[in-house]
Amino acid sequence: MKLGILISEGPYTHAASDTAYQFVKAALAKGHEVIRVFFYHDGVNNGTRLTVPPQDDRNIVQRWSELAAQHKLDMVVCIAAAQRRGLMDAAEAKRNGKDADNIAPGFRISGLGQLIEAAIQADRLVVFGD
Amino acid sequence: MAEAAEGGKVKKILYVNRKAPYGTIYALESLEVVLIGAAFEQDVSLAFIGDGVFQLVKGQNTKGLEVKNFSPTYRALEDYDVTKLYVEGESLRARGLVEDDLIVPVEVVDGARMTEIMEDQDVILSF
Repeated sequence: MKLGILISEGPYTHAASDTAYQFVKAALAKGHEVIRVFFYHDGVNNGTRLTVPPQDDRNIVQRWSELAAQHKLDMVVCIAAAQRRGLMDAAEAKRNGKDADNIAPGFRISGLGQLIEAAIQADRLVVFGD
Repeated sequence: MAEAAEGGKVKKILYVNRKAPYGTIYALESLEVVLIGAAFEQDVSLAFIGDGVFQLVKGQNTKGLEVKNFSPTYRALEDYDVTKLYVEGESLRARGLVEDDLIVPVEVVDGARMTEIMEDQDVILSF
């Protein structure tokens, strides 16, 4: 089955990102195809490479980056939501006159159209939120 | 709405709005998805349940909150061919509201009918 994933909450405060991660991993292991993971609302904060969780805890951001690298996942951060919350790649930082970028490996910034497109193309869009 | 841009697929997409408009950003960012999504020419509906019904209340004044009042945008949805707005009657009544308090024309439905509407969808985006 072709799956689209929407994650609406940031790391650590809510379980949404953890649950989505476990779901995606399990779905891939079962041979399903994950066509896109879309991060919206505070979910964009899953894409910052600047998190430093305690050593004995899971590293949510890094875990997503690794999963993306292993399975060539398309992980998209909503640009409008990202701009509001200070999540940017080098191009966005330059365009907005900011002195740094913080996007983690495996994530890319794009528009909400990518969410709708995933909803249309996937057999199921699975939403992880509050 | 008969032809879709994306390979001819037209899906039934329901946006479920569950939160009051200014306590969290969900209502505003939901609206942003609806507006962008309109370009994809899908079969779109909006549902308002629970505190989500507050999003449609007339006469919102956000001056004191120093937050943008985005409620007029609901009136613009018609221009985007988004015309199916369902409001759960129980949610309205529980909050002392009636259909006349709302900023746009809606179809008030009961919880059972709302369940049917949800079952009829291909995609449900919940905010």
